[in-house]
Amino acid sequence: MNRRDFIQLSGMGLGAMMGSSIPVLGNIVTADHLLEPAADVAFKKRMADIALNATKSRGATYTDVRIGRYLQQYLFTRENKVQNIVNAESYGVGIRVIANGTWGFSATSDVTPEGIAKCAETAVAIAKANSKIQKEPVILAPQKGVGEVSWKTPIQKNAFEVPVQEKIDLLMKVNSEAMKNGAGFVTSNLFLVNEQKYFASSDGSYIDQEVHRIWPTFTVTAVDKAAGKFKTRDAISSPMGMGYEYLDGLASEKIAAPNGLVGYRNSYDMVEDAIMAAKQAKEKMTAKSVMAGKYDLILDPNHLGLTIHESVGHPTELDRVLGYEANYAGTSFATLDKWKTKAFNYGSKQVNIVADKTQPHTLGTVGYDDEGVPCKEWDLIKDGILVNYQATRDQVNILGENASHGCCYADNWNSVQFQRMPNVSLRPGKEKLSVFDMIKGVEKGIYIIGRGSYSIDQQRYNFQFGGQLFYEIKNGEIVGMLDDVAYQSNTQEFWNSCAQICDKDDYRTFGSFFDGKGQPSQVSAVSHGSSTTRFNGVNVINTGRKI
Amino acid sequence: MSVILTESEAKTLLEKVLKYSKADECEVNLSGEIRGNIRYARNEVSTSGALTNQNLSVQSAFGKKVGVATIDEFDDASLEKVVRRSEELAQLAPENPEYVGLLGPQTYIKSNGYFDSTASVSPDTRAEAVSKSLKLSREQKLVAAGFLEDQKGYSAMMNSKGLFAFYKSTNVNFSLTVRTEDGTGSGYVAKGYSDVNKLDTAAATKIAMQKSLGSKGARALEPGKYTVILEPTAAVVLLENIYYDMDARSADEGRSFFSKPGGKTKLGEKIVDERVTFFSDPMHPELPAASWSGDGLPQEKMMWIEKGVVKNLSYSRYWAKEKGVKPIPSPNNMIMTGGTATLEEMIKSTQRGILVTKLWYIRSVDPQTLLQTGLTRDGTFYIEDGKIKYPIKNFRFNESPIIMLNNLEMLGKTERVVSTESNQNYMVPPMKIREFTFSSLSDAV
Repeated sequence: MNRRDFIQLSGMGLGAMMGSSIPVLGNIVTADHLLEPAADVAFKKRMADIALNATKSRGATYTDVRIGRYLQQYLFTRENKVQNIVNAESYGVGIRVIANGTWGFSATSDVTPEGIAKCAETAVAIAKANSKIQKEPVILAPQKGVGEVSWKTPIQKNAFEVPVQEKIDLLMKVNSEAMKNGAGFVTSNLFLVNEQKYFASSDGSYIDQEVHRIWPTFTVTAVDKAAGKFKTRDAISSPMGMGYEYLDGLASEKIAAPNGLVGYRNSYDMVEDAIMAAKQAKEKMTAKSVMAGKYDLILDPNHLGLTIHESVGHPTELDRVLGYEANYAGTSFATLDKWKTKAFNYGSKQVNIVADKTQPHTLGTVGYDDEGVPCKEWDLIKDGILVNYQATRDQVNILGENASHGCCYADNWNSVQFQRMPNVSLRPGKEKLSVFDMIKGVEKGIYIIGRGSYSIDQQRYNFQFGGQLFYEIKNGEIVGMLDDVAYQSNTQEFWNSCAQICDKDDYRTFGSFFDGKGQPSQVSAVSHGSSTTRFNGVNVINTGRKI
Repeated sequence: MSVILTESEAKTLLEKVLKYSKADECEVNLSGEIRGNIRYARNEVSTSGALTNQNLSVQSAFGKKVGVATIDEFDDASLEKVVRRSEELAQLAPENPEYVGLLGPQTYIKSNGYFDSTASVSPDTRAEAVSKSLKLSREQKLVAAGFLEDQKGYSAMMNSKGLFAFYKSTNVNFSLTVRTEDGTGSGYVAKGYSDVNKLDTAAATKIAMQKSLGSKGARALEPGKYTVILEPTAAVVLLENIYYDMDARSADEGRSFFSKPGGKTKLGEKIVDERVTFFSDPMHPELPAASWSGDGLPQEKMMWIEKGVVKNLSYSRYWAKEKGVKPIPSPNNMIMTGGTATLEEMIKSTQRGILVTKLWYIRSVDPQTLLQTGLTRDGTFYIEDGKIKYPIKNFRFNESPIIMLNNLEMLGKTERVVSTESNQNYMVPPMKIREFTFSSLSDAV
């Protein structure tokens, strides 16, 4: 049996019956239950072999088996109250086969020899049934078996082992400090994920992996009831591929930024950020409304990450380029003919964008993807030119390559794996440059921090982004806070307006914890690294309205 | 045991669960559903699958300490285990000051959203429905990508104070994007029904094909304010942002569009054109819904906005108690009253305007004004002197549905639509709006 439920976020009003929600997979259990060990590797290998033999004897030419235990612990609080603590576990097996040149997939929570044999049989039957309407057989890139191997997110402190009370104490401290510093309301959340995944394939791979992810976040609201006005400021944390050590708030991982702002690298000080957020939400109430026009934008990594995600990450997904997502997420402007010219100027010369699933502390990093491919790093945009895409084993042949990029992922054992985004990051500038020096060179600009409203068309040309904090720059200096800011641009024009990138000392990652794709929809988590970057002459609109 | 239980089977199971309870109060929610889907792209079936969910959720309370545990196995040992686990979680939980205790027995009207036709959809009928669509797109050398998903399910609840509720429903959603081979034209259609017999995939495919071919050779218009005719599929993704916000608590707290200076709310105020009425009704023949909400409160016909005036905001049981008013549950469906105009009449009466058939990637820009941004997609057309003149390139818009409903010109007949943002079904009419704000052009097709 499968369970996929949704936690509704607080304050959604009628949204309780609607879509905006956080997916929860599996059964709700106690926190202690999450610490119980997974089934041992020898058992999982035995079960996997049953599946591999069963599908082979029924005519499958390729099989992979994923035995997965997916654990989630989500904490929700507002002001001085704990709203919800969700401990969820989902355990089962997904079997994917190629028979008659066609994919088939089936999944079951019955992880027994009988359950697996039956599931394997169904997977082959589905492949054979679908093969009748399939015109072109699947071409799978070769992947040598890697034998029996294991991989684990290099964490220092397993967040699931930290007592729930300690986590609540932290969130309560975050809330009380925000309230003390002028917040009218505050919600804070902690999202923890642990995937215990065993993968086996007919190529001879038996891969045992344990993946950890963490996302602390909050929203502070300042309210002026008399004026009927409110402003919010969200956390500038990033979801990470780390353990609870991310919340240590190490001074060595902080980056001083202009106007007393702080950037966080691989360690986050949630209380400090909440205090700043409360003060800044109040400041936003009286900030000057922006004058629409062209500005040079200085984009902080905690903001730029989402722009990279939407305008580079999604358009370079090969399945979108080919039309597989046409009915939902859309297609892509970064078509194969543009790539084939080897001269398509995606961005200016300093734009180097890399895909990777190996960078420490990031959400996309694993040892092997969900079709057993060892993970690696490769260029998507080199010196401004589009040079590659993100592909899976059944797609790379289209690019003339014979090894997968390792971009296959399923959000649960009962979901079929498909192409998902690796980390997609902008390489830092080669020359020494701090954000302070960058701002000094700007005559008329806006410095933008944090993730705000975002929207982009289905081929990823036209986008509009907001943010959390906007500071006006005049003649090399920050002169005050702005409100009602959003910028609009065209992807190619925007990346070609990239003028300067700060050096590696400023480099940080941004992350998306619940990135949705596919029908039925699946989530995935992905990071985007960058240093603060300058874009010249971008169109800024004023989003203020009077009703 | 079958995944979809009858009312009496559900009742027996729930009674058994409650017998294990040692808590002060206990509430049990039970649900089961079977979903089947088929997905296609590039004129080929890409994936297909079936999913079975069944779930039992137990909420135990000791005073104001509340714990919830869930399970998907219904043997006696599992049932007892889940009750004990919820009690354990409740004992460990901090007091929830917002816990208001359980409701006693309630009377519900009988609504029906279950159709045997939909419940008996098989992989074969699903494939057949899709093959009708594929045949048409292949013949016309157009490229189709679509998704068909059907669902049958039930939900039930019972609590230690004697409340019992049961509802069975079916649903089918079909969506399709048809693109021209050269990628210069694209059309879309989405249909949602409780009764699959109403779904005609061939007819729906013809609509998407017509829009696809009709949108070839789009010309660029200057961004700016235009009169627009929004087809229901386009209108609904903006309107649902009003529905989402109609909560009394956030309005009272001063942090919603429905808040007003001086700490008041817009309850009782006229906020949009007087031809605008939104209501919910579990008995609606085209959009049936459960007659009870998640906390057990009865759902009856409820006006939310009537003749432009805010009539009700939802009050959770906790917030209603705080404010000393009657609780009003969030609705299980939403219907906007329509007018009499046909789409053709709306076009005919337009001197200069734009027909928008779909909007995409809607995001809130400013919750204070409900300002939304997004883009037109899959068929946008220029109207001049009462006629569709030519297809136009897509626009980005920045507009508030509140401003939009104040600029209402005409309303058409209400029909059932699927939101491409939330996947929810609603009843919404096509509408003609003046001075809709398009802020930039997009090259996307």
